[in-house]
Amino acid sequence: MGKITIVQAINMALSEEMQRDTNVVIIGEDVGKDGGVFRVTEGLQEKFGPERVVDTPLSELGIIGSAIGMAAYGIKPVVEIQFMGFIYAGLEQIFSHASRLRSRSRGRFSAPIVVRTPYGIGIKPPELHSESAEALFCHMPGVKVVVPSTPYNAKGLLKSAIRDSDPVIFLEPSRLYRSIKAEVPEDDYTVPLGKAEVYQEGKEITVVAWGTMLHRAAEAAEGFDCEIIDLMTLKPLDEEAILKSVRKTGRLVVVHEASKSGGLGAEISALVAEEAVEYLKAPILRVAGPEAVIPMARLEDYYMPGKERIRKAYEKVMLY
Amino acid sequence: MRKELLKYGMQTLTKNILDRMYASMLRIRMFEEKIVELYPEQEMKCPVHLCIGQEAIAAGVCLNLKKDDYVFSNHRGHGHCLAKGSPMRPLFAEFYGKATGCSKGKGGSMHLVDAERGILGTSAIVGGGIPMGVGASLASMLKNEERVTAIFFGDGAYDEGAFYESFNFASLKKLPVVFVCENNFYATNSHQSARQPGCRISDTAAAFDAHGVCVDGNDVIAVYKAARDSVSRAARGGGPSLIEAKTYRWKGHVGPEADFDKGSRPKEELDYWVERCPVKAFRAFLLEKNVTTPKEMDEVASAIKAEIDDAVSFARASPYPEAKELLEDLYI
Ligand SMILES: Cc1ncc(C[n+]2csc(CCOP(=O)(O)OP(=O)(O)O)c2C)c(N)n1
Ligand SMILES: [Mg+2]
Repeated sequence: MGKITIVQAINMALSEEMQRDTNVVIIGEDVGKDGGVFRVTEGLQEKFGPERVVDTPLSELGIIGSAIGMAAYGIKPVVEIQFMGFIYAGLEQIFSHASRLRSRSRGRFSAPIVVRTPYGIGIKPPELHSESAEALFCHMPGVKVVVPSTPYNAKGLLKSAIRDSDPVIFLEPSRLYRSIKAEVPEDDYTVPLGKAEVYQEGKEITVVAWGTMLHRAAEAAEGFDCEIIDLMTLKPLDEEAILKSVRKTGRLVVVHEASKSGGLGAEISALVAEEAVEYLKAPILRVAGPEAVIPMARLEDYYMPGKERIRKAYEKVMLY
Repeated sequence: MRKELLKYGMQTLTKNILDRMYASMLRIRMFEEKIVELYPEQEMKCPVHLCIGQEAIAAGVCLNLKKDDYVFSNHRGHGHCLAKGSPMRPLFAEFYGKATGCSKGKGGSMHLVDAERGILGTSAIVGGGIPMGVGASLASMLKNEERVTAIFFGDGAYDEGAFYESFNFASLKKLPVVFVCENNFYATNSHQSARQPGCRISDTAAAFDAHGVCVDGNDVIAVYKAARDSVSRAARGGGPSLIEAKTYRWKGHVGPEADFDKGSRPKEELDYWVERCPVKAFRAFLLEKNVTTPKEMDEVASAIKAEIDDAVSFARASPYPEAKELLEDLYI
């Protein structure tokens, strides 16, 4: 098999998991015949039938809520929400119910749904089609949050998410959907949740990033000795991986697309401040989006942390 | 002429109103067609959802509204704004992402706003405008202001819980609001029958003890009359109405091209509806009934063309927003 995109890798994971476990069901708007807005579920309804690839009315709250009930019953629903901005209508069901069923049932059962949604700036429409609201979900006890960055980990992480016993929000960076291609094994493998990965080894700056920004942070690293950590699972955070690297480099830069205040960068910074402050040789820096509503394409470049801004942060921690 | 109109049961439909219906529909049609023409230049950097084929609904409803009445729109909102009287310049400028756009070039086609004409801000969230519209009508009632709110939404938005919660509340409080469901049978590529068991949207009103009516959304007079009835009912304290207007969008869900060749919808279906073009049919009607002369119609068309040309030049010549504007208008 040649190189494939993240879209294809996710499709492959879905197909393999549906093959492996007849309880795995896809549910969402236009996921069937249409194969979804980004064609991620293309061909799956043909393969597995309309009972297992379920087209729904336009009803995010209803879709997510139904999936929770299905999951509590023993089905493994994989929900697709067309864009991250449309998940908000269903937040009530995620926050008030999915995240709490395990606790509410005192450990007897849970709602192991996966909610997949395209995430971040990617295809140029403004506002709700380009959201990166990962921090919202990270703040909610009881849900896991995953962001793949390559075709390989997209497939492996999604398989783990589907097999997980608790609700997982699976955020797919829409900018990466078709922009990177890589070889992906056709056999069954998983990438574990809750584990970060060293994307690039280095000695002087620990850079923590995920999704689209991982690639930007790496592009910007030329000329610096960066250790780049691909977080992959944002919740629960792989604290040990971050701390281990910071203890080695003594410097931390976190890069994310979401706006800075209350963003996940704050959590990571606080973790390091609490656990490894004595190792720091420079202040922790966050390169993040501004506090603004995501604008139309022309202003997008001002919004997204670009290579130059990231390099400035690297320089700053080195010169401190 | 007056007699002729009487004979056709249009006692209150004067030539003036009929001409305005025609002009309003044609203005929307020509505006949208200009986008179709210009879009391939790739200067408009926003997705556009065109309403070609659906013009009669916006035109027929908005002719019953005053300038300070409110309109809540959706992602397919060009027609609503135009029919409410929005000038073209800020709309085209918005599509081009220019600082002179109605949303300062930051929002694009799905986020139109015209505060002067009661269009309070539109979003891409399907159904998102419905509760806000109910809120505006509640506010107008609390303030004793004689305003009616019209909420436009699609058959897809009817799927969303926001509709039911809002309609229930509006009817409970007998609010001065008109719910206008533009039923073009599709939400993206999903047919109404794949999403709704009964496909009887207007019947919903009965369960909420409100007025519901289903009209041919390609017949501007039918829409006008239904809206006139609903607006006056709303204004008199008779509560909300649900107008379901059946129509069809000619272009794909998004963008300037038709979509039937992608297998989304059968070509015969489009042909059927193109045959029933609201603008063409109404033009023929006006001519046949000698309401309007071809010369008058030509004059209307050239005035619209001039307005479009002016707006497009304005939009092209306008500056892009500066980087700092990204951070503006968050709060004060
Ligand atoms: C809450 C939400 N869910 C999904 C979408 C994606 N989406 C945009 S328009 C649309 C179809 C809307 O159909 P309808 O309400 O009938 O309006 P039409 O496009 O036919 O005018 C969908 C699914 C969205 N914008 N918002
Ligand atoms: Mg529709």
